[in-house]
Amino acid sequence: MPCSEKIVQWMHDYLDGDIQKEEEQRLRSHIQQCEACREHFYALEKTVAFVENVSHFTPSDDFVKKVMYNLPREKRRVRWKRWFTHHPFLTAASLFFLLSMSSLWAVWQEDNEFSFSKQEHLIVRNHTVIVPEGKVVEGDIVVRNGDIKIEGEVHGNVTVINGHKYLASAGEVTGQIEEVNEVFDWIWYNVKRVGYNIAKTLTK
Amino acid sequence: MDMFIKQRIKAIKKGDQSAFADIVEMYKDKIYQLCYRMLGNRHEAEDAAQEAFIRAYVNIHTYDPTMKFSSWLYRIATNLSIDRMRKKKPDVYLDAEVSGTDGLTMYSQLADEGASPEDALESLELQQMVQEAILKLPEKYRTVIVLKYIDELSLQEISDILNLPIGTVKTRIHRGREALRKHLGHL
Repeated sequence: MPCSEKIVQWMHDYLDGDIQKEEEQRLRSHIQQCEACREHFYALEKTVAFVENVSHFTPSDDFVKKVMYNLPREKRRVRWKRWFTHHPFLTAASLFFLLSMSSLWAVWQEDNEFSFSKQEHLIVRNHTVIVPEGKVVEGDIVVRNGDIKIEGEVHGNVTVINGHKYLASAGEVTGQIEEVNEVFDWIWYNVKRVGYNIAKTLTK
Repeated sequence: MDMFIKQRIKAIKKGDQSAFADIVEMYKDKIYQLCYRMLGNRHEAEDAAQEAFIRAYVNIHTYDPTMKFSSWLYRIATNLSIDRMRKKKPDVYLDAEVSGTDGLTMYSQLADEGASPEDALESLELQQMVQEAILKLPEKYRTVIVLKYIDELSLQEISDILNLPIGTVKTRIHRGREALRKHLGHL
């Protein structure tokens, strides 16, 4: 048995690294003289060494995965936000697509006034352009937001945007007749027109 | 390091789960180790450590940033381990996993005794004795000893984790050390 409570207290303070210089000195000199205290101190030091050197283990390899799997589900908003920050290019591309689509949509929506290409012989009645029977219209006809009734002859293409074409049995169109009623058709029509204009300017 | 954790916590508070994966990755070994030394069983330790992380995630809003984040995590894991210790029966079963071994039971140990190399067995036995000595400690001493020696925490950190005055922590460490000495000091 060690000599006194005080000596044992110093031993523990020493092991905690929390001892005054002077007390440490007194502990050292006492341990050198007293065998019981020396044994007690060594036993404590050995115990600490055993506990400190007990081997460490690691959790299973899929520990993180298992924890994550068991978490309550996160808000969808956050998932989207993270996806956007992790895929900047796709985000930019989809944003560009979204913006261009919405501006196209806006133009499509705005552009709802009845209009048509002015040509000779054309008669207009209640948003309907009529190619009268027995008449010949030279050139392409474009009708916006209205219908076209063809009873005569058209020497060119006929395009109806946001409307319908009615071709009478006697009517004749030498070019193509096209109805553009959906926004995608309209976009395609515009793309084609731009392409056609470019081709035309290039050939000039 | 600190900045990284702070930023991760901010993201978690906003509900970003992937930020939490980084936290789990950083602390899993320490938390697992703590649970293992408290509970003495790998399977149970894994289970307890996972629950500790899930609790941390769910209660992230109660985390007080003036406290060290690791201390807060340790507190959750310590409390959880103590809860489980209290529910657990103290008996050791023959087919229970031997502490300090991986998937080894007393049965397989009995059968393999002759085959194992002398020194490996010796250190394995020693490992077991140390773990058993820790498990024999009453919970209040076991907790401080595990935090101090297995996770190498300072007295101040242990005092923060357990919300106890440093004096009390010291007394418990001293008593715990004396109790361990009775089991291990003669080896």
